[in-house]
Amino acid sequence: MPEHYFQLQMLLDLYARLIDEDRLEEWVELFTPEGRYEIISRENLAQGFALPLMLCENRNQIADRVMSLRKANIYNIHTDRHILSQLHVEATPEGWQVGANYALFQTDQVGVSRLYSVGRYDDLVREVDGRLLFVSKRVIVDTGAVPSLLATPI
Amino acid sequence: MNPQDYQWPKADCTRIPYGMYRDPDVYSLEQEKIFQGPVWNYLALEAEIPNVGDFRTIEVGDIPVIVNRARDGKVHAFVNRCAHRGATVQRLIHGNAKSHVCCYHHWGYNLEGNLVGVPFARGVEGKGGLPEDFDKSQHCLRKMRVESLNGVLFGTFATELEPLEDFLDTTFVNQLKRLFNRPIKILGYQRQRIQGNWKLYTDNLRDPNHGGLLHMFQITFGIARLNQTGGAKVDKKARHNMSWAAQDMGKNNSDAEYSTPRENNNLTLKDGSLLQYRKEFPDDYNLTIASIFPNCIFQQIGNTLAVRQIRTKSVGEFEIFWTFYGYQDDDTSMDQHRLRMSNLVGPGGLVSMEDGEAIEIVHRAIAADEDKHAFVEFGGRGPVGDQDNLVTEAPMRGFWMHYCELMGITPGDAEHA
Repeated sequence: MPEHYFQLQMLLDLYARLIDEDRLEEWVELFTPEGRYEIISRENLAQGFALPLMLCENRNQIADRVMSLRKANIYNIHTDRHILSQLHVEATPEGWQVGANYALFQTDQVGVSRLYSVGRYDDLVREVDGRLLFVSKRVIVDTGAVPSLLATPI
Repeated sequence: MNPQDYQWPKADCTRIPYGMYRDPDVYSLEQEKIFQGPVWNYLALEAEIPNVGDFRTIEVGDIPVIVNRARDGKVHAFVNRCAHRGATVQRLIHGNAKSHVCCYHHWGYNLEGNLVGVPFARGVEGKGGLPEDFDKSQHCLRKMRVESLNGVLFGTFATELEPLEDFLDTTFVNQLKRLFNRPIKILGYQRQRIQGNWKLYTDNLRDPNHGGLLHMFQITFGIARLNQTGGAKVDKKARHNMSWAAQDMGKNNSDAEYSTPRENNNLTLKDGSLLQYRKEFPDDYNLTIASIFPNCIFQQIGNTLAVRQIRTKSVGEFEIFWTFYGYQDDDTSMDQHRLRMSNLVGPGGLVSMEDGEAIEIVHRAIAADEDKHAFVEFGGRGPVGDQDNLVTEAPMRGFWMHYCELMGITPGDAEHA
């Protein structure tokens, strides 16, 4: 358990760093081919609604999101900065169930920062060919009133 | 400054003073003249409050409102602010209640907004309490008049106003009947907080010209196509607008489920399943965005069905509150399809996220020049009617002409001066 905890910590650290450094093509590779990425508001979850803010049902759809950001979409020019909490880890037959709180700040081009989103990750991680990868990652956002817009992943 | 003092050089609203988007005095007057004026504001959907006592708390402009279903089965709407000292009465955003009791001094209101309980009204042991002449019936929550069209709830504060169907006019009545043709189910909500004036969004909705230019996903991945026909329809006063596009079914019409033709694109998605449109209406419209003056939008973008309510927060901030729905007879495959396709729209939508940015960069850039004007001549000048193409922003002017009428502004004074 302790060594897995450390490896999972490194995975989450890498996840956040790849977004913060705008290395989204590498970020995509942290998911298994069937890997699912979902952002959903706590408001919807609490009422039993499935409507997400973003839903990628497999890695191809995650890659498409990134390609769209690169080639098509216009959005607020910013850098991201993630702050993650300690992990909560449970071993299950499906893999490692990993939870972590996050705070995500966005900073514009002239150095004005704002709290963009807080919430919790609810992840399933599995070892594939010696590498820990996300089988699913659900981002449960407390900040359901999305400030401005939602482009880059959380 | 006084909203009537801005210069409107053209009577057809082809010039809009930037102060209309930035001036707190304009915003204050709008709350009175627009949102509490002679309009039907969208409130909620009946499907959200099916049972007696079900309520949702919403906003009409800045005004907090409770929408609930009373014992008579009818929907009532009233201001969510205690008649005593102004506290929020119902603090939850949704739920079921037998009555609404203010937590501050326990004034209680029934589901029709009438004051029914005041603790210690007669004091304690003959001391304190309210004066003898206190009359509960004079202290109700301020009520809205409510009408429903196929389960879509509208309300008004105006005492004199045409019936809802006359206000909407034929095109928009038919559109609501089309979208709400059978029982719906709620799929969930989205909220988006935009740092800009709310009318930059109503402008955006009445400007189909920006669609293929700002939202480049459609071009890049081949959603917008040369064979797609489109245009805009307006009501008799041109205050409402429906932008529409229709699938040219052509040789594909034997197949109810088909991919978007891609002959015009440069890039291909690895997984195009979110672009699959499943035909579900008897007509060929695959995109309809009906914007009703002043505060709501009914959208069908492919198979994503949603209502957007504009909730003003200040002169420089508003929330878009999205209610997504499907039909009760959708199977699990259709449920999943609608959730998948919801990626196209909303604050993170592949074809909509740009709107948040476009509104904010306008709102920021016009701050210093409230006396300068926006230029609005795509689609021509003069009166506003239906548009037979998408290279137009004329419906924007329809909104503004009606807006000016309600605000007591006479555009074009300079033309005759």
